[in-house]
Amino acid sequence: MAAYIIRRLLSIIPITVGVMLITIFVFRVVGGNQAYRIAGKNATPARIAQISHDRGYDKPLFLNFHDFPQHLFDAQFPQLCGNLLRFDFGKSIATKQRVSTMLREGALPSLCVTTPLFFIELFLGVGLALLAAYYRNTWIDRGLVLLSVMGMSVSSLVYIMLAQYWLASEWRLFPVWGFESPRYIVLPVLVGVIAGVGGELRFYRTVMLDEMYQEYVRTARAKGVSSQAILFNHVLRNALIPILTNVIVAIPFLYTGALLLENFFGIPGLGRLTVMALFNFDDDVVFATTFIGSILFVLFNALTDIAYTWADPRIRIK
Amino acid sequence: MSTLVHDPVVTAPPEGLWTLAWRQLRRNRLAMICLTILCVYTATWLYAEGVYWNAKLRGITPGYKVSHYEIRNQSPTSSHPIGTNFAGRDNLAQLIQGTRIAFEIGLLTSIIVIPLGFVLGALAGYFGGKLDSVIVYLFSVVASVPDILLIMSITYVTRTAVERNAAMQSVTRYIDAGLLAICVGMGFTGWVGLCRIIRGEYLKHRERQYVLAARALGVGHGAIMFRHIMPNVAHLIIINFSLRFPGLILTEVVLSYLGIGIASEPSWGTIINDAKQRLWLGNWWELAGATIAMFFLVLALNLFGDALRDALDPKLRTAEAKTA
Repeated sequence: MAAYIIRRLLSIIPITVGVMLITIFVFRVVGGNQAYRIAGKNATPARIAQISHDRGYDKPLFLNFHDFPQHLFDAQFPQLCGNLLRFDFGKSIATKQRVSTMLREGALPSLCVTTPLFFIELFLGVGLALLAAYYRNTWIDRGLVLLSVMGMSVSSLVYIMLAQYWLASEWRLFPVWGFESPRYIVLPVLVGVIAGVGGELRFYRTVMLDEMYQEYVRTARAKGVSSQAILFNHVLRNALIPILTNVIVAIPFLYTGALLLENFFGIPGLGRLTVMALFNFDDDVVFATTFIGSILFVLFNALTDIAYTWADPRIRIK
Repeated sequence: MSTLVHDPVVTAPPEGLWTLAWRQLRRNRLAMICLTILCVYTATWLYAEGVYWNAKLRGITPGYKVSHYEIRNQSPTSSHPIGTNFAGRDNLAQLIQGTRIAFEIGLLTSIIVIPLGFVLGALAGYFGGKLDSVIVYLFSVVASVPDILLIMSITYVTRTAVERNAAMQSVTRYIDAGLLAICVGMGFTGWVGLCRIIRGEYLKHRERQYVLAARALGVGHGAIMFRHIMPNVAHLIIINFSLRFPGLILTEVVLSYLGIGIASEPSWGTIINDAKQRLWLGNWWELAGATIAMFFLVLALNLFGDALRDALDPKLRTAEAKTA
């Protein structure tokens, strides 16, 4: 068991290196020299050379073969990896702040939105799925499924716009934009729940119905266990495993923030930070958020696998 | 003896997967309604392509791009059923072109997703071993980056790269640079799902008797993979496509809204983006039109995709099939 956990945690390393390779490939190879973009359209060649040199864009990508042995790792990718390992994320081009400070400041607003969103969506999703599974093949079930598919078919942008227009601008129930008091969080969370709960409901319902047709349910019914007891004691407990997976894997995204919601409701969280960085070609910020996001993702994936063995004794790892 | 030979039950060719699936779909009323809706959208798309290419090849500005500033921001009238936009262009014509963009995104993205996902999945599943580990590593890495983040970065970077590259000018004359970038972004992130499914199927199929028989007869690996196994798993591509397509349409809207999407063509994303600014003027029909156009396509695709999955792949069928 311990060996498995260690092996599973070690697998984070190659995946993270791979993620950094993708990021550097996208931004430094496909994107070309970003000094042009940073300097703007009226820059002199000398200024561009200066920026390239300062930010290290003129170094080779992977290994440096100029005066061979000494400066072998004086290249973009090894340096990036070294910096990230020391949690030194560099400085933002746009705001001139340290990236680590920006990440720390952005975490709280992001968590303020994503945490309530996460729990409301989870409980509403599981609750409605239980309802649909209990009343399966009746109009309640069909209505819920149809409603959730219909809800999924509307762009989340439309939900945001309608909420901002009707609830905030016309009826003045909530502020439209900003992040000053708890009232500012209500609208993004509400929109997030409406846009997301349909998918959750459908997923959890499928999971529960899969369990519902298992042999043990038939046995329980034959023994005369009531429908409610079957649903809560037998089905829900077995369905917990896929639910657990879905939940644990979603946790890293609490930190990376709700990209869209933060942008539209002016919440100064990490999602907004990332989008802004992308537009400013602030690659240090993008590298940092991608790095942390994928490390968390891989870590929580490993945790899920470990949690499996705890939640389901049937699963034994060789 | 002769009666046996001419017995229609015996001589009739066996019913294939597609015949059986079609029969099951025919019985599903909701699926048939969705299929009708999809046919209407497809016809609209073909019409829009006609309008677009007619103008393009003749070198004239297409009708939906001509401005009429004297009739801008009009309410619905008989000649403009859902009004006109900021430049006096007919909103209905814009929506029809939006259908074209949506379908083009679906097709162009699939041109990347299907070969990449299928070939990598087939190689990994069929050969196993080191090659499998490499491909599994590859898609684990891609799956580890938050989806929307990766799509946004690739799209943004590709678009600037395409616009600056002189050699790409001959391509972007026919395809919008933003459209191309979106498809590259969504294509290089979207192949993971298909690859996983195909890999799993090939893992199962390579152990089957018919593969063993083919190998014993000396059939090459390539022929086994693509001529023997592929017909048995090809339906998964279609299922995957119909379930992925709605997501592509919804993502396009978000990307275009964030300003990294389509630039010079009226996609549903740019229409919604634009209509938002006139919601405050009381012009709700523009936003409503784009939302409804999108809603029915995405809804029909979602429901039809589910029905198609249930009809084509009974193994995948969950208890869900019994209702929706």
